Amino acid sequence: MDPYIEAHGLRKEFGSILAVDGVDLVVQPGEVLGFLGPNGAGKSTTMKMVTGFLEPTAGSIRVCGVDMLANPREAKRSIGYLPEGAPAYPDMTVVEFLRFIAEVRGFDRAAARDQIERLVEQVHLGGVYHQTIETLSKGFKRRVGLAQAFLHDPPVLVLDEPTDGLDPNQKHEVRDLIREMGKQKTILLSTHILEEVEAVCTRAVIINRGRAVFDGTPAELDEQAPAEVTANRLDWVFRNITTSDTVVAGGAR
Amino acid sequence: MSPTRTIFKREFAGYFATPLAAVYLVIFLALTGIFTFNMGGLYESGQASLRPFFGFLPQLFLFLVPAIAMRIWAEERRLGTVELLMTLPVSVGELVTGKFLAAWAFACVALGLTVPLWLTVSYLGDPDHGVILTSYFGGALMAGAFLAVGACLSALTKNQVIAFVLCLIAFFALLLSGYPGFTELVPGWMPEVVVDALAYMSFLTHYEALQKGVVDLRDVLFFLSVIGAALFVNALVLDWKKAD
Ligand SMILES: Nc1ncnc2c1ncn2[C@@H]1O[C@H](COP(=O)(O)OP(=O)(O)OP(=O)(O)O)[C@@H](O)[C@H]1O
Ligand SMILES: [Mg+2]
Repeated sequence: MDPYIEAHGLRKEFGSILAVDGVDLVVQPGEVLGFLGPNGAGKSTTMKMVTGFLEPTAGSIRVCGVDMLANPREAKRSIGYLPEGAPAYPDMTVVEFLRFIAEVRGFDRAAARDQIERLVEQVHLGGVYHQTIETLSKGFKRRVGLAQAFLHDPPVLVLDEPTDGLDPNQKHEVRDLIREMGKQKTILLSTHILEEVEAVCTRAVIINRGRAVFDGTPAELDEQAPAEVTANRLDWVFRNITTSDTVVAGGAR
Repeated sequence: MSPTRTIFKREFAGYFATPLAAVYLVIFLALTGIFTFNMGGLYESGQASLRPFFGFLPQLFLFLVPAIAMRIWAEERRLGTVELLMTLPVSVGELVTGKFLAAWAFACVALGLTVPLWLTVSYLGDPDHGVILTSYFGGALMAGAFLAVGACLSALTKNQVIAFVLCLIAFFALLLSGYPGFTELVPGWMPEVVVDALAYMSFLTHYEALQKGVVDLRDVLFFLSVIGAALFVNALVLDWKKAD
């Protein structure tokens, strides 16, 4: 089977700033790929290119076999995207907002209603159905963002820091949700939390200053730490990799 | 439903989601009232026509259209929802068109609410209804052209206040070059063709013909081409600025 996300030689310059410097990202069906890296490494920029928001300075992107640059409308159909910070219209109610997204995605009224009902159940939005988004807590806002991304039941999910800024309970719930989704979907998610990678991801890619510096399973990431490191082994590896310039080949891919 | 229509619907409903729309419409109506009856001297003129109202409309638009236009893209960029919109299976053209049409529809609602003025003058006397009709038509076209330019400017920034000021400056320039005194203002070394071209580009020049009851296809085409060109540029500006 072809990879669901296939990006090669991705590069993005913002004026003189080189944000992404030749990243290859191949995500196979069924994989949950954790995308890691220090602040400003280029994770969000890469995801914005994969989802078709930004055009890369160079490189190619295919999503479910469709070229994002040549055929963006078609490629975007197979992606559900949660941008960093889960932006939404503050003065719309949850249901209005989801209905809007459903309509833009081409659902008719009845199909949209069914789908939103199903989602509200799944993402636990029942209590705030008719509340405006500006009055929601961060946790609920994030769920609205997730619901919006899941709405059309896409094969590919791209989630930019889905658990960022949530309390431990919410983090746990969102993680469970992602693990649940991961059973049927291909997911690319960025995070700063290394336990999250162990908890939900089948593979991890670490980027630093716009370049991929690790690609392997969470177990392979763990092996990078010497035996004498007993606590926070992943943190140790992460720091070790992203504060030096050496490229570590994790798994052979 | 086509994406453009969905965008239009959300956007148009968005104008009424806050009390701001009501406040805006009240201010618009109050100002048209003041302009028409007090400053325009509707009663004193002894003539039953809406000339005073339509005469002041460009100046009214100068301040009130920026208030509609400023939020079109600036707010979307500030909230980050532009990223959401542009990763949906929708083209930039559809987004730009849907949003513009919603703003234009809102402006037309404001304009439509002045119809009681029409009824008033009809009651007081015997106005030329044809002239009033073409004046409304011209006013709507001018509002559309202003809004298309304003939407473009609004895409340049994340700050609505800056967008408002940019609109104000641009609209002022677009009106100024059409005033009769403009030709005396320009420095003498400017070739006459340039001065004429500037005067031709003014919204005022084209609006005034319509306001006299003359529907010249060229004036209509002028406004429609301004709208088309501005929407095209809007898409480019959006693509250029979206990442910031
Ligand atoms: N629109 C932009 N204009 C200029 N520079 C930008 C722009 N967007 C991002 N950058 C720069 O590109 C680099 C990568 O940013 P990006 O947001 O992709 O990082 P990130 O890995 O998502 O970081 P974080 O973990 O903080 O979210 C940073 O140096 C950032 O300052
Ligand atoms: Mg980021």
